[in-house]
Formats: sequence, structure tokens, C-alpha cells
Amino acid sequence: MVKIFGEFNDKELKSREFIKLIFSPSSVPLQQRWRNNSLSADFLADYLMTLFHQDENDPKRLEKQIEIKDTISYIANELLENAMKFNDDSSPYPISIQLHLYDDRLSLCISNSIPAAKVAQFQSFINKLLSTEPQDFYIQQIETAEKDGSISSGLGLLTIIDDYGAKLGWKFENLQLLNEPNYPLYYIKNQMKWLNFWFRVRKWFVARSKNPNITIVTTMVQLAI
Amino acid sequence: MDIITEDYSIKYDTETSTIHWQGIMRLNGKEYNPIAELLNEIAALEPSQITLNLQKLEGLNSSGITMLGKFIFKLAKKKTIGLLIQCSKKITWQQKSVKNFQRLMPKLQIEWD
Repeated sequence: MVKIFGEFNDKELKSREFIKLIFSPSSVPLQQRWRNNSLSADFLADYLMTLFHQDENDPKRLEKQIEIKDTISYIANELLENAMKFNDDSSPYPISIQLHLYDDRLSLCISNSIPAAKVAQFQSFINKLLSTEPQDFYIQQIETAEKDGSISSGLGLLTIIDDYGAKLGWKFENLQLLNEPNYPLYYIKNQMKWLNFWFRVRKWFVARSKNPNITIVTTMVQLAI
Repeated sequence: MDIITEDYSIKYDTETSTIHWQGIMRLNGKEYNPIAELLNEIAALEPSQITLNLQKLEGLNSSGITMLGKFIFKLAKKKTIGLLIQCSKKITWQQKSVKNFQRLMPKLQIEWD
């Protein structure tokens, strides 16, 4: 079952220039891996810069390129923080982020698994984000965070839309691991280290017995350049 | 009343009631708590005005923006302390996101270098 929100288009993902990073499910606590988000976001942004034509005699163009680099670093970091924070760690599916460059725009796409119990809550947040006036939503979120004494405000996605002028879309896919008998085979083909492989197969069986339904959410950000 | 780490520093100058921010802050939610506490301690000193100098704060994630937003919102409700934010046009996140703080505190002064 597939459900789409906002501006999401899979066909958009055919570009000549792209980079994809994949993060295996990890047993290391999130706090210890937190720095990886920023490092990976900066890496994607730096990599993008190498694809641009650089002209030192054109300071305006250079300024624009630096703005795009900072924008990608900010957005990729927000997407990675969210994916890592909300990922269903019992899912054997990895988290992946990809950056595609086109002539006039670029897109960032991130996929992660979320627990079945969190799907409705996230979808209602998306509906609220897409239907509320950004200025009102901003104040509401800060007010609520202040009242609850909470740190998370859902401001990340709002800033991506409102401050950086990007379009956002989501795809929710409900996957049933039971219907994928080739799943361990996939790992035999793809995993080089046998230890890692056995860890994954074990994790897959545990996940299958506990939670046969996995929802993968893909968030797509499109930005004109 | 300073917080200094490898990636960022926050230093309070009592004479000018200015908080100087420097570096890149992309902390994980609760890691902002000590910084929020520091801001509250400074507000408790009841200076007539607080200046946030962000001109060397090159990076801030949305959790950091939320922390600053909550502080500004608190000051706006309190009404006894004025607030000046000094920003840099060279820093992309400030160009994009600082204007929103004005929505939380209409009397907020923003100064660009």
C-alpha cells in the first residue's frame, strides 16, 4: 500500500548526476552517532560543489553557489536528524539519502522505517504543516514547545519549506517482510563481511517474528537553483 | 557563565549584557538544555537589554532555532528586557531564518553587519 503527501514524484529521481549514502541499521546508540548527521550533510554539500562550474572571476555566481551549498548542508542535516531520531530500529531496512542534480533544480530524498504506531501521528503532522499558514504554524510550534518544555517543535520541515523555499513530499509504503522470501538472499549478495551478514539475518528473523509490518517513509525535498 | 566546547562557544559579557555565539551547533534536542538554562540565568539578572551576537555562529540546526525562539518568546512575554540580535549577511541560516524571530517579538531589533 502506497500513500503520497505533498509534492512527491519518483520519476524525478532520474538525473545524470547523483550521490547516494546508505546507513546500515546500527546497534550503536543514537547519541554516539549524532555527529554523523552533520558530517554526512556537509559531505553531500561539498560533493555537490565539485559538480558546479567554478569561476573565480564571477563573484556573484560564487556567492550563489555557496548559498546552495549551505542550504543543502542545512536541509540534509535536518532530514538525517529526523530519519535517525524516528527510525524504527527493529527494521532491517537501512536509512538512505540521495542528492540529485538537474540543470535548474536539485532534489534530496531520504528513506527510513517508522513504527506502525507512529504512522498516523506523522501523517496528521504533515497535513497540518501543508494546510496551516507558515507564519501561524511557526508561532504555534514555538508556543507549544515553550509550554511543554519540549525541545522538538517540528520546526525543521517548516524552515525547509518557508525559509528555504523548497517543495516537500512524502511517500509511505507498507511492506510485509513475510512476502519477501528473497530478503536474506539480498543480503548474501550484498554483504561482504560474514559476521555482519549473520547479524543482519538474525535481526531480520527477530524483526519478522515481532513486527511483520514495516512502513518506509521517503521524504523528498525539491529546490530550484 | 560561559559554555565552551570544541565545536562552539557561548560567552556572556556582563558589562555590555552581550552573549557572543561562535562555531557550529547541531546538537541533539536535550543537549540544548544547559544553553537554555544559561539564557534563563542571564534573563534572571534583569538587564534592561540583552544582545545576542550571532555573527560568528556559522551553523545552527532547527532544534537550536527552537531553543532561541523559546527564549525570545519568553522575553517578549516578560516585556521588561529589550533584545537586540546582531547577525551576519554572510551566514546563510541567518539570512534565511532570523526574520522569523520578529514574529515572536515585534519589538525585537535586528542588526546586520
